[in-house]
Amino acid sequence: MLHLILFVIFAGICAGGALNMLLQKHPINSALSLIVVMVSLAMLYMLLGAEFVAAIQIIVYAGAIMVLFVFVIMLLNAGEDEQTKGSRVAMLFGFPSLLVAAGVLVYTLVLRGGNTASLAIGQFHGTAENISDLLFKEFILPFEVTSVLILIAIMGAVLLARKGGTE
Amino acid sequence: MNSDALTFLLTAVVKILITIFVLLTAVAYTVWLERKVVGRMQNRWGPSRVGPFGLLQPLADGLKFIFKEDLTPPYVHHFVYILAPMLAVVMALTAIALVPIGPSITIGHITTPIQITGVNDANGGSSDIGIGLLILLGITSISVYGVSLAGWSSNSKYSLLGSLRASAQMVSYEIALGLSLVGVLMISGTFSLREIVRQQQGGFWHWNIFGGFQFVAFFIYIMAAYAETNRIPFDLPEAETELVAGYHTEYSAMKFAMFFMAEYANMITVACVASVIFLGGWSGPIPSFLPPILQSILPVFYFLLRVFFFIFLYIWIRGTLPRFRYDQLMAFGWKFLLPLAIANIVITAFVIAVRG
Repeated sequence: MLHLILFVIFAGICAGGALNMLLQKHPINSALSLIVVMVSLAMLYMLLGAEFVAAIQIIVYAGAIMVLFVFVIMLLNAGEDEQTKGSRVAMLFGFPSLLVAAGVLVYTLVLRGGNTASLAIGQFHGTAENISDLLFKEFILPFEVTSVLILIAIMGAVLLARKGGTE
Repeated sequence: MNSDALTFLLTAVVKILITIFVLLTAVAYTVWLERKVVGRMQNRWGPSRVGPFGLLQPLADGLKFIFKEDLTPPYVHHFVYILAPMLAVVMALTAIALVPIGPSITIGHITTPIQITGVNDANGGSSDIGIGLLILLGITSISVYGVSLAGWSSNSKYSLLGSLRASAQMVSYEIALGLSLVGVLMISGTFSLREIVRQQQGGFWHWNIFGGFQFVAFFIYIMAAYAETNRIPFDLPEAETELVAGYHTEYSAMKFAMFFMAEYANMITVACVASVIFLGGWSGPIPSFLPPILQSILPVFYFLLRVFFFIFLYIWIRGTLPRFRYDQLMAFGWKFLLPLAIANIVITAFVIAVRG
């Protein structure tokens, strides 16, 4: 029961925050709404029993990536956005495809998903031990490849920054 | 609601109230201690007029903050301007909930761990959140927003510069802070703060700083923690000679006091975490001839002794060192602390692997 109440609260905050992010005119308000979305997503993960993922979600997304977003908005001193009426392409294709995507989701999750059951906290494979077992035993090669990819990205960023500095 | 749940709820509320009260009092008297000790280091008396030894000075300061005019400049971004100090103080007070202050205490027929997030487990012991340390790091990383939003929403040059410095500094040093804890995590194999303390019981040679050879990590943690809490020698965000007062220039009355409280509460939290992670938490000699209630209070005393040591160190360093230059600060964080932390991790991992 408590589980359901918490889920409804945080799912509501999450959806509300996401809507607010789209509707706000000022970039910093949108960024703040995005932080709210990230934190309530972490709470949803925690309700699923994936406590480690929840903590990482807060540290990485809410604590690091969004700080950089806010930092950049502050640095550029961005003002209020000018509103356009929206392009015709978005009107023509955006809303129908949104409807189709929502329909597919509802169909797969609600109508076809007969085998759902509720999980208690700790039953899901979400602890640090589970995840490190998976990462460093089963998926060690993809993990290392990803780290090389990130290293390349870092080197690229350094290269771009240096080029800008000498000119 | 059955009586077990009610007892749990009541003890939790009582623990929260006591902790908040003690923490806020400690914050007030840390300010007093700082003024007094820095005063003596600079060969003057510090506060001495209000009460004996100036002991009532924090009370007078608090009253002054409450009765001052709460001025809001007309050009601020209202919502964020009010949100920022609240965010700062809430995050600072939340973090203390995760700190294990002592083992269990028994009053009447109720036994409870001396920690807000601690619970009695099935086999008579006590446990806390399995990812306590990660949540603590998460709270630390979110508390950046209080500072950075305060500066931005004030819409003033000095505030903005201060908060830009603060965010850059806190993001940079957070990495060194997190990495310095990894060595201890590898030794203890758990994120639970209570479990980390439990593994360090039984004499100072079991503490992670000595027994685990984590003194390098300890040094990195202390440096990074000073930077995280914006204290001298890393108090660039509020360097008064350059930036008036940094990110809280435009704040007055209680809103300013909230930033002040947040800073000192953060200092205390950082000191608590350093004691828990490196110095064995509440461990210390407990004579068995004492009555049981004293036996469970004594560890809390040992813990507070360590916290006091760190607070004193903070003040001592404030009285000793000058402020860094900004480029020195960044170079120190990225080019010295970060590689050192990584080297510490690699060496610790190597030793653990060799020992099997």
